[in-house]
Amino acid sequence: MYKLEARSVNLYYGEKHALKNISMAIEANTVTAFIGPSGCGKSTFLRCFNRMNDLIDNVKITGDILIDGRNVYKSKIDVDEHRKKIGMVFQKPNPFPKNIYENVAYGLRIKGVNNKAVLDEAVERSLKQAALWEEVKDDLKKSALSLSGGQQQRLCIARAMAVEPSVILMDEPASALDPISTSKIEDLIYELKSKYTIVIVTHNMQQAARISDKTAFFYLGELIEYNQTATMFTNPSKEQTQNYITGRFG
Amino acid sequence: MLKFKEKAIESFLILCSLVTVFTTLGIVLVLATESVRFFQEVSIVEFFTGTEWTPLFAEKRFGILPLVCGTLLTTVIAIAVALPLGLTIAIYLNEYAHPKFTAFVKPTLEVLAAVPTVVYGFFALTFVTPLLQSFIPNLSGFNALSAGLVMGVMIIPYISSLSEDALRAVPKSLREAAYGMGSTRLQTAFRVMVPAASSGIIVSVILAISRAIGETMIVAVAAGQEPRLTLNPIHSIETITTYIVQVSMGDVPRNSLEYSTIFSAGITLFIFTFILNNVSFFIKKKFQQKYE
Repeated sequence: MYKLEARSVNLYYGEKHALKNISMAIEANTVTAFIGPSGCGKSTFLRCFNRMNDLIDNVKITGDILIDGRNVYKSKIDVDEHRKKIGMVFQKPNPFPKNIYENVAYGLRIKGVNNKAVLDEAVERSLKQAALWEEVKDDLKKSALSLSGGQQQRLCIARAMAVEPSVILMDEPASALDPISTSKIEDLIYELKSKYTIVIVTHNMQQAARISDKTAFFYLGELIEYNQTATMFTNPSKEQTQNYITGRFG
Repeated sequence: MLKFKEKAIESFLILCSLVTVFTTLGIVLVLATESVRFFQEVSIVEFFTGTEWTPLFAEKRFGILPLVCGTLLTTVIAIAVALPLGLTIAIYLNEYAHPKFTAFVKPTLEVLAAVPTVVYGFFALTFVTPLLQSFIPNLSGFNALSAGLVMGVMIIPYISSLSEDALRAVPKSLREAAYGMGSTRLQTAFRVMVPAASSGIIVSVILAISRAIGETMIVAVAAGQEPRLTLNPIHSIETITTYIVQVSMGDVPRNSLEYSTIFSAGITLFIFTFILNNVSFFIKKKFQQKYE
């Protein structure tokens, strides 16, 4: 069984047909990169997996999205519970206006966990996984907003991992960061693969090539090509893919 | 020629802004000089610690505390009504309601602030007080309770509208983070949005307090004119503003000691609102840039 699966997904923003009949399957414990020019629908598609598009008015979605074989667009599903199982990291670091500790503990707190030992353990484990522990362990009570951009983004990754989701969605997680922070995040993604299934949207093709197992190329709302990253970048089967990765447009 | 025109326009604009500055200075000056005259005859210690305020009686006492107490009592009641209701409305409009509903309801709510306060005063006196008297038999005809409650309704839009603006100004990315973590709407609102908008919400409350302290007509009509040092809202009381109205309209001879009491009362009121405005300015300035 696939970890994530999309079957003939169509999405409309009002009149605009933003995703056109997309089907793809993603295996567990892999890194999948979504690439494509701005407005191609890659972020929109990513947000279908945890139903973040529900927050926008006038969005209509048809088709099925399955996680572990369960359809997430069934009306019976509890959206909040569903989102708890899927971590998400956004383009701009968006820590809560709380201290570092409370940011990481947030996911557990909203589940009703208030046991200090449990929270302490989760905070330390998540910050270590996110390679931030050494930098912040001495002042966990410091405001998250006082961290640098790169640290904030790793904090957001720690926050997502604290509730032990099985899937982490990343929407251009390094696009607002400097090269050093970017490389830290990339190393992190590589290491996290053993525990999580990661889907990452990126504008940066080198990044996709460096970190992903499979790559999907989107263009104008369509999934043009989806293949092993190595094959995709050396021997793409579609001309549009070839043009995009060689920088002829986009 | 063009240069001259520019200069003329500039001078005119400066003049306009100076009018407001000089008006403020003038008010402060009048309040201060008249108060100085008052304090030459009445000890400042008696003024701030005396528990009786009877400048118009044969035996004159000048303790401002009963008036301050009346003002604070009606203000506290008003805020006790307006804060929970206003904040709930703001959260509902921002987090739950459809944007079209918000666009309609927000201006409608603001109409509450546009109702002439004298109308609120009579509403309190002729509707709310009789209504309350059916539950509280010994409620006096003029009382702090009904004036405070109605004043609370009046200042709801100050809190709801400004708090909603503050919530709306919270970056979209924070809401997404909250929902992305699987927060319910209630958790998003109270654990993320309200803390993130706290400075704006506090400022809205301070402005509402300031408005309630300075409010005159509602308390003049419905709360009574009996300076009384009490925290029991069922009695008739008198606020600072009511006293000023009472003396300004009455037969007190100009330049008498009784007359100058309104300036001492006025400056007390001014100090209250001045401090509150500065606190809100400080909070705004200090916390505003946190989420850029």
